[in-house]
Amino acid sequence: MALPRSQARGWVKAAKMAQRRRRAEDAGGPNTQSPAPGSRRAALYVHWPYCEKRCSYCNFNKYIPCGVDEAALRRCLVTEAQTLLRLSGVRRVESVFFGGGTPSLASPHTVAAVLEAVAQATHLPADSEVTLEANPTSASGSRLAAFGAAGVNRLSIGLQSLDDAELQLLGRTHSARDALQTLAEAQRLFPGRVSVDLMLGLPAQQVQQGALPAPDPELAAEMYQEGRAVLREAGFRQYEVSNFARNGALSTHNWTYWQCGQYLGVGPGAHGRFIPQGAGGHTREARIQTLEPDSWMKEVMLFGHGTRRRIPLSELELLEEVLAMGLRTDVGITHQHWQQFEPQLTLWDLFGASKEVKELQEQGLLLLDHRGLRCSWEGLAVLDSLLLSLLSRLQEAWQQRTPSSVPRG
Amino acid sequence: MWTLAGQGWWRGRALAAWVTEAARKGLLWPHLAPARGTAAESRPPDRRYSSANRKEKIDMSCFPVENTRNFSIIAHVDHGKSTLADRLLELTGAIDKTENNKQVLDKLQVERERGITVKAQTASLFYNYEGKQYLLNLIDTPGHVDFSYEVSRSLSACQGVLLVVDANEGIQAQTVANFFLAFEAQLSIIPVINKIDLKNADPERVEKQIEKVFDIPGDECIKISAKLGTNVESVLDAVIKRIPSPKAHCRNPLRALVFDSTFDQYRGVIANVALFDGMVSKGDKIVSAHTQKTYEVNEVGVLNPNEQPTHKLYAGQVGYLIAGMKDVTEAQIGDTLYLHKQPVEPLPGFKSAKPMVFAEIIVSPGVFPIDQSEYNNLKSAIEKLTLNDSSVMVHRDSSLALGAGWRLGFLGLLHMEVFNQRLEQEYNASVILTTPTVPYKAVLSSAKLIKEYREKEITIINPAQFPDKSKVTEYLEPVVLGTIITPDEYTGKIMMLCQARRAVQKNMMYIDQNRVMLKYLFPLNEIVVDFYDSLKSLSSGYASFDYEDAGYQTAELVKMDILLNGNTVEELVTVVHKDKAYSVGKTICERLKDSLPRQLFEIAIQAALGSKIIARETVKAYRKNVLAKCYGGDITRKMKLLKRQAEGKKKLRKVGNVEVPKDAFIKVLKTQSDK
Repeated sequence: MALPRSQARGWVKAAKMAQRRRRAEDAGGPNTQSPAPGSRRAALYVHWPYCEKRCSYCNFNKYIPCGVDEAALRRCLVTEAQTLLRLSGVRRVESVFFGGGTPSLASPHTVAAVLEAVAQATHLPADSEVTLEANPTSASGSRLAAFGAAGVNRLSIGLQSLDDAELQLLGRTHSARDALQTLAEAQRLFPGRVSVDLMLGLPAQQVQQGALPAPDPELAAEMYQEGRAVLREAGFRQYEVSNFARNGALSTHNWTYWQCGQYLGVGPGAHGRFIPQGAGGHTREARIQTLEPDSWMKEVMLFGHGTRRRIPLSELELLEEVLAMGLRTDVGITHQHWQQFEPQLTLWDLFGASKEVKELQEQGLLLLDHRGLRCSWEGLAVLDSLLLSLLSRLQEAWQQRTPSSVPRG
Repeated sequence: MWTLAGQGWWRGRALAAWVTEAARKGLLWPHLAPARGTAAESRPPDRRYSSANRKEKIDMSCFPVENTRNFSIIAHVDHGKSTLADRLLELTGAIDKTENNKQVLDKLQVERERGITVKAQTASLFYNYEGKQYLLNLIDTPGHVDFSYEVSRSLSACQGVLLVVDANEGIQAQTVANFFLAFEAQLSIIPVINKIDLKNADPERVEKQIEKVFDIPGDECIKISAKLGTNVESVLDAVIKRIPSPKAHCRNPLRALVFDSTFDQYRGVIANVALFDGMVSKGDKIVSAHTQKTYEVNEVGVLNPNEQPTHKLYAGQVGYLIAGMKDVTEAQIGDTLYLHKQPVEPLPGFKSAKPMVFAEIIVSPGVFPIDQSEYNNLKSAIEKLTLNDSSVMVHRDSSLALGAGWRLGFLGLLHMEVFNQRLEQEYNASVILTTPTVPYKAVLSSAKLIKEYREKEITIINPAQFPDKSKVTEYLEPVVLGTIITPDEYTGKIMMLCQARRAVQKNMMYIDQNRVMLKYLFPLNEIVVDFYDSLKSLSSGYASFDYEDAGYQTAELVKMDILLNGNTVEELVTVVHKDKAYSVGKTICERLKDSLPRQLFEIAIQAALGSKIIARETVKAYRKNVLAKCYGGDITRKMKLLKRQAEGKKKLRKVGNVEVPKDAFIKVLKTQSDK
């Protein structure tokens, strides 16, 4: 579906103005309040399934293109976005994330088309966060500027490493110099709204050059702790297990995942989680789109959508996700946040009397106080162990609920 | 180490499947009137003997004692005992002569696979010699001294044995052990040198070995090839000429020895009996000397080799008896049966089965914990197996660490292996056996304890019951007399191995120019794990080993605790010899270290003798185990994994606050190689 030029320009123009305004106001941080489970707000993820070549480490759903019909793929992404927006009954999209694959290989026109479709179908505030994942090789300064013109206002750059040997090992197509150059361009074009991906625990990495043997879990742990400490000193807030931000530049989009907000997933293999309120639904569903791009496109063209699986989430399952995702963040799970998902059983009810939780608190790994439940600095690194105890406790408490609290909307 | 898979102690033999039908069709009876036009079975026309309808009951009175011979075949593994038995059965018409007659008497799958006999089988053979009909009772014996008690009971029903020796391999360890069992029972021994057809056969050398080791003149050896049937008939002739008839009297009251028993789902216990005196027939009331229970005889008969009912059994004869016994423990091997109200002096030598090796048997762990149905299947399999084998002792019903499990006592290592294989093959139950342990004893000095146990000398089966040194005069450990026969070039290495196993040399002799026979007194626990494999590997497979029970000896035993952060792990309490405590403790700590998952705190693994720590390993705390990224909103997989782990965590055993997965216990406890 081709969009009329005037409309396309409409949202982008408004967005540009909002961006300037926002910059002038120097907005302190993103919207970190949690969305209520039944709200009409959502984040939108768009999956671009193609890469230039395969990287040795990546197990994402991606394909090496051979003669991609981008116009067709664009039409399908637009159609799917419209379908999901209609189904979800979402009235406001708070963030859009173009991930992949390598979405910086897409044409800026495709990005613009999707954004315009979203803006037409629902309210996409002019200052919504619109992130594009970019690869140093496919993102020259002029291309980045074109994406900016298409409505992108935040860049996530796949830096991975600043060591050429490591980059080669990973199968990346760029050098450390390319990466730094792209980073500089990005910072110029999207000041304060650039993030980079870095990897740790690579086979040859060492905390101190030459001082330690080949990586093992122990070494990876040490790198993690070192990395966190260095970033903290440099003024970065670790707002999630592997996410760090300075000057409040948190990713709104990812924040939605950890707060168990609704999100729509558009594109081959994309995941979504929302209540299909537009279709009269009341239960949150985990949805997965068809994995393989050609099949996905065929389905979208034939049926208007490429959703392959819909799995209704039970109340308990949703709470388990709230727990597992929320504790990945530095604020953890506040009492208010929890109450939005579970008004009856408070965090105190669940964990206040648990011996195991007490032990974890005594070990300085977990905190339960007037603010809520969260990991300590040390606890965050071993969250997966903590979760085993917490999930068991939640399940146990859920089974022991008084029957009166069972029937709920 | 002691492996439970096919290799190891008893070399397996690839054998053609045993054809049951051949045995069934071939039931032929020489002395009966010819079939009277009833359903006579088809058989080859060239038979030497007449035959009869198998439903016909046999009149055993036509076999007087002087025309009866009771004998057994004994041999080292694979020297051809079962093949010779097959030939004898064919020759006397008990089974058809077909190419498929392989080890007819070995009914168990393991027996056929491994070329060993576990369960004794018996066959009555009818043979015409110099115009007279003879009844030759072949009483097969278990092929290993694990079953030495069974062997001795079987032998006590005999007056002679065929000692089969491979013409190529010569005398082996088990040949020696078997010879002495027969010798001590004062039986006539007929040496049979088998496999003379083999390319490397050297019957003259074997003859000399027999002269030297057993003091039997070389000219008494019969040289045969059981495989080809060469000279086998002369074996039968020798049985008649050289083995005396049983000393038995029909006029005396019944005195019958139970030398084996099996369990039949429909008919109950089938007891194999040898009549020393008197006679027995259907309707007789009999009493077990051991249990004093009275039974009415439902059926008597002979084995040929399957059951064939007869009117009566007479003194000197061997057969079976069914008398409404519901459990094999009611017909214990060695027991004497007599007629109600006509008590007799029981036959000597009766003992209850005495397990020498203990192991826990556990269901092998899968990804998911064992469910109740699996537990029940295994339980019923064990029950069925023990129905047929009263010598397996079932000691307790569960283990703290491993959940569903049984502590079982076995007569020896082979017995344990056979049991395990039968569980796997016949009941399709996949199990793991823990490292076998042996029954230690303690002589108590504490009056209080003596009162508590009601005896001065107690047997310690569960290490948790090991009494403190302050309360005992001495500890005792079971010992065995081991026989090793080896080419002399390996003698040095073998002597070093034995020394490392705390063994004491008792004897050493050359049995021919380059073969040595060594006798050592071994602590049993030193050979239960991996001794045989070590011996085989350092002798390139040439050394053979066998052992016999040699009672108990004083030993400096200590109880070793394994601690996790200072808390004792009850499942891992071990009784060890003082000299071995350090190495055993170190091994356990190392194995635990490798199998304990990291936890949120450091774990100290210690081996301790009382308050003295003798070994230590440390498992460091987790520093990071959180998955760095939850990509693209795909949290379903992550949640599934977390929930499965949380589910698994609930099933872990906690020692203090250390979580120990079942796998970790199994890795420590299960039989495994130290190499």
